[in-house]
Amino acid sequence: MDSAIILEKGIFIVIIFAITMLMAMYSTLAERKVAAWLQDRIGPNRAGKGGLLQPLADGLKLFSKEEFLPDTPNKFLFVVGPAISMSVALMTSAVIPWGDKLHLFGRDIILQATDIDVALLYVFGVLSVGVYGIMIGGWASNNKFSLMSAMRAASQMISYEVAMGLAIIALIMMTGTLSLREISAQQSGMNWNIFYQPVGFVIFLICSFAETNRTPFDLAECEAELIGGYHTEYSSMRMGFYLFAEYASMFISSTILAVLYLGAYNYPGMSWAVENWGVNIANVIGIFVLFAKICFFIFFFMWVRWTIPRFRYDQLMRLGWQMLIPLAIANIVVTGIVILLFDN
Amino acid sequence: MSTVLIIFCILAAVTLASAFMTIFTKNPIHSAIYLVICFFSIAGHYLLFNAQFLALVHIIVYSGAIMILMLFTLMLMNLNKEDEVHKPRITRLGAVVSFLLIISVLIAIFIQTKPIVGPYDTTGEDYQSIKVLGQVLLDQDNGFMVAFEFASILLLVAMIGAVLLSKKEKSSK
Repeated sequence: MDSAIILEKGIFIVIIFAITMLMAMYSTLAERKVAAWLQDRIGPNRAGKGGLLQPLADGLKLFSKEEFLPDTPNKFLFVVGPAISMSVALMTSAVIPWGDKLHLFGRDIILQATDIDVALLYVFGVLSVGVYGIMIGGWASNNKFSLMSAMRAASQMISYEVAMGLAIIALIMMTGTLSLREISAQQSGMNWNIFYQPVGFVIFLICSFAETNRTPFDLAECEAELIGGYHTEYSSMRMGFYLFAEYASMFISSTILAVLYLGAYNYPGMSWAVENWGVNIANVIGIFVLFAKICFFIFFFMWVRWTIPRFRYDQLMRLGWQMLIPLAIANIVVTGIVILLFDN
Repeated sequence: MSTVLIIFCILAAVTLASAFMTIFTKNPIHSAIYLVICFFSIAGHYLLFNAQFLALVHIIVYSGAIMILMLFTLMLMNLNKEDEVHKPRITRLGAVVSFLLIISVLIAIFIQTKPIVGPYDTTGEDYQSIKVLGQVLLDQDNGFMVAFEFASILLLVAMIGAVLLSKKEKSSK
């Protein structure tokens, strides 16, 4: 029995890992396709049918490029930087509930790698570690522009983490649990958190743009001021890891948004489907529903990137500290009052 | 040797080594990175106790704090000069005295604390879970509600003080 659980979880983790990588890979293609669509172009269409093999071609190109080490006294940290970014981007998926459960081989298989009761804190812990990859890489590059960019990225991520945490606190006050599994179970049917926490949702959405360093918060990458960004000195697959980590964390951010606010794997009529079609079919639909929500958010990230220009640095800090944080605190106060008045 | 013991030995070695390196490295950034490694291995110790909440809060709070420390090091210190800053003797004396005071407080804490895990051991309840921790910490009658609030006020005062200090320095320059 014990070994069966290990086997089950092992297979599940490998599948999640593969899916995260696949989603990140195809996000790079989707980004270029969406950009092309928004700008009335065709986009990459040579590799494979309609450009479907483009990510593979990109990967091959990055792998076969010359690996170049700059003249830096911190060669070890220079190599560790992208590794931290990449592994941190992949770590969050361990606590995401991808579905309720499947009934296979006479046993219930819970569609979550691990169900810790502090899952939400785990997500934040991993997020706060993510800054180190950029900071260490940028510093070890021994390049003033890389360092500038890394400092921008780090101070931006730290600032927006505060507002993000405050937005989450209002949500936790409502749900009364930190377990992502319970939070998604509470949102069954159309009982999604976005209807109860619209302000929190908007704050969280804005902050996840900042956390993933996406436009309009991509000040860390700026050709005009910083040559490139924190990855100026990186080449070959190390550079690829940084770029890839951005897409992986975009996927993870979309997943967390979908799980926390858009009802995770729940869809209207799920309980009816469980009764009439069985647990398995209902939950497979649930997984697809979750991925549809995730894909919507990934598309949203891209949509914003090709629509809105980048902020100026002082504007970014003012938005974070002087608008989002007070708004988030007000949201907490209002949520507290409402809970006190109507729940008792 | 059991697996837990092996993991503990590795973690303890990493913790101590990185703590020593934090102090003995000349480069402030390297020292900050060693400090991060040290805090992570301490979080590992918490996980060995099955204290998930404590471990994660430890990572969130301290890793975020060290990131800010790193930023300040980069922004405020002259990294080219790796020489030690010479403090006046009275400052050093003050540091030693305050260190001894902290040590005495810590020893008093270790001697005085009574572990209250007994009743949870008999009922089999997971006393490391957030529900139980929250009850013990914030219960109005027999919890530590007042002490908790005082601690948060202390932190707030420290934060405001830090802002005030950094502002003064700016205007004098």
